[in-house]
Amino acid sequence: MTASGTTVPAASPSAAASGRAAASASAADDVVVELRDVTKAYGELAALGGVSLRVRRGEFVAVVGPSGSGKSTMLNVMGTLDRPTTGSVTVAGHDVGSLSDDALSRLRAEHVGFVFQHFHLAAGASAVENVADGLLYAGVPRRQRQHRARVALERVGLGHRLDHRPPQLSGGEKQRVAIARALIGEPALLLADEPTGALDSRSGAAVVHLLEELNEAGTTIVVITHDLALAAALPRQVRMRDGRVDDVSGLDAEVRR
Amino acid sequence: MSARPGRLSAGDLLGLGLFGLRTRPTRVVLSALGIAIGIAAMIAVVGISSSSQAALARVLDGLGTNLLQVVPGQDVRGGDVPLPPTSLPVLERRDDVEQAAGVGRVDDQKVYRTDRVPRAASGGISLDVVLGDLPGVLRTGLASGTWFGAAADEHPQVVLGSTAAATLGIDEVDPDTRIWIGGRWVAVVGVLEPSPLAPQLDSSALVPSSTATAEFGWDGHPTEIFVRADPDRIDEARALIPATVAPEDPSGVSVGRPSDALAAQEASEASFTGLLLGIGGVALLVGGIGVANTMVITVLERRAEVGVRRALGARRRHIRDQFLVESLLLSLLGGAVGVALGAAVTAGFAVHQGWPVVVPAWAVVGGLGATVLIGGLSGLYPASRAARIPPTSALAAA
Repeated sequence: MTASGTTVPAASPSAAASGRAAASASAADDVVVELRDVTKAYGELAALGGVSLRVRRGEFVAVVGPSGSGKSTMLNVMGTLDRPTTGSVTVAGHDVGSLSDDALSRLRAEHVGFVFQHFHLAAGASAVENVADGLLYAGVPRRQRQHRARVALERVGLGHRLDHRPPQLSGGEKQRVAIARALIGEPALLLADEPTGALDSRSGAAVVHLLEELNEAGTTIVVITHDLALAAALPRQVRMRDGRVDDVSGLDAEVRR
Repeated sequence: MSARPGRLSAGDLLGLGLFGLRTRPTRVVLSALGIAIGIAAMIAVVGISSSSQAALARVLDGLGTNLLQVVPGQDVRGGDVPLPPTSLPVLERRDDVEQAAGVGRVDDQKVYRTDRVPRAASGGISLDVVLGDLPGVLRTGLASGTWFGAAADEHPQVVLGSTAAATLGIDEVDPDTRIWIGGRWVAVVGVLEPSPLAPQLDSSALVPSSTATAEFGWDGHPTEIFVRADPDRIDEARALIPATVAPEDPSGVSVGRPSDALAAQEASEASFTGLLLGIGGVALLVGGIGVANTMVITVLERRAEVGVRRALGARRRHIRDQFLVESLLLSLLGGAVGVALGAAVTAGFAVHQGWPVVVPAWAVVGGLGATVLIGGLSGLYPASRAARIPPTSALAAA
């Protein structure tokens, strides 16, 4: 697994950008998502103050940091749910800045999977229907969606809960349904926002274990978490503070301080 | 990997819309109810009015529309010009006249139940002398008893119109039934059914012409003649009848068509139907606003769902279409229930009135079309609002 990431001083974004471009040229095929000098401002508030980050295929990255440090904003930008105010974002080889809203939707449908803290499943639909929705906007025929949803549910260990509805499932099971929904389209990038945040520790551990398995099978995963132990167990940690990437890896040192 | 990127099939859209409705049944029922009431009101109004027209058409079918009514006209000074005594025979000689009959009113004779009734209490029953086969021409049957028999010339006989019989309290005719006319007893031999084409005769006591002059002092002038014309030449007959009856003064003869009067009466009820339709339209409008309201609330509540769908790759158009379809289905559901309800009300009312049940196809199609239009219009604004919900809403809603 390769890991790369740098903290770029906001004062010299252009120099850093050109350096990065040269460095990344050889490994461009391997880069799943790349942020370059990304800022995001909501009015006066700067949620991101110049972030550069590169995630390669097969990585499992933890993003940690206090509330308000810009983790979620960065996830939104990585997942093309939001556009940066300045800087550039490349996802699966596509320059997000040059794409229309429709093209971004298609990019998400084909290359990005999302897992949310509160699952966001349709309460009235079965597990299979929920998971199948992950392919709804990718133009896959209904029958094929249903078939692949079953396969995805088996993969996350819910082969025995296919026709259960979310209210009949435990929190951990709901999150596994949500992960199956994110996975069904075989995305280049799986983004998870506090996937264990709403779960008890045992269910949380099971979900983490599942994510690890998926990563070992080749899925690139970026996960936001408050769980420092979880973050420490991952190959790479990105620590954020005040809208910047504060440190990469070496989380143990941060914890002790 | 995408066979049809950027497109949702009609089936998928329908599934999304149905799912949205299925998960909020109470709200769906309540807001569809508004549309249902509006459509039901309009369908019922149109249906009842159509059924009533169909009933009239059936009556007219039985009575025929080729009946012409010949009455005295007025001269230049406004006085009545009596019809000549020969009117009936000359009319019967025209080849565009199939059959003719008439009555001659005797104004100064009153009709009483018995000889003990005070003179002033005549009950508004008029005495009419019958010329020709009156029940045959009017196609009015006998409710009781018989038409004038062979003995009519010897013993005075009378046949009563339906209202006259009711006024006199005669339900059934028996051999001893008699009434007091012009200072003498007259045997009642029959009672007519109501005559829709000549309702003025319902309150008459009818006597045969053979003895009328001697018994009641009739002057021999008919006051009303009914003509069955050849249906294909009815306009021609109508135009030429005055000159036939009174060649020297055709303007003194007036010809009418009673079936037209019945139809005109129906037409005057049409304006009332229009008013009721307007009220139904207002109900429909209110129902449409209810659907719009429901959809706006639905959109507000479902920001997270929209965010998730955007994250899953839904385009703005997909979100808009999803809510539009939901609104259309909601409205259409109300419309379908409304059509069923309106048809049921029409059927109940028509059966109760003894009318044929008619719910015009144009009303059903128009009603459903109106609901589609309303659903579309009501859903347009909420759906466009939903489409503008930012994709980040799923994360923000956590």
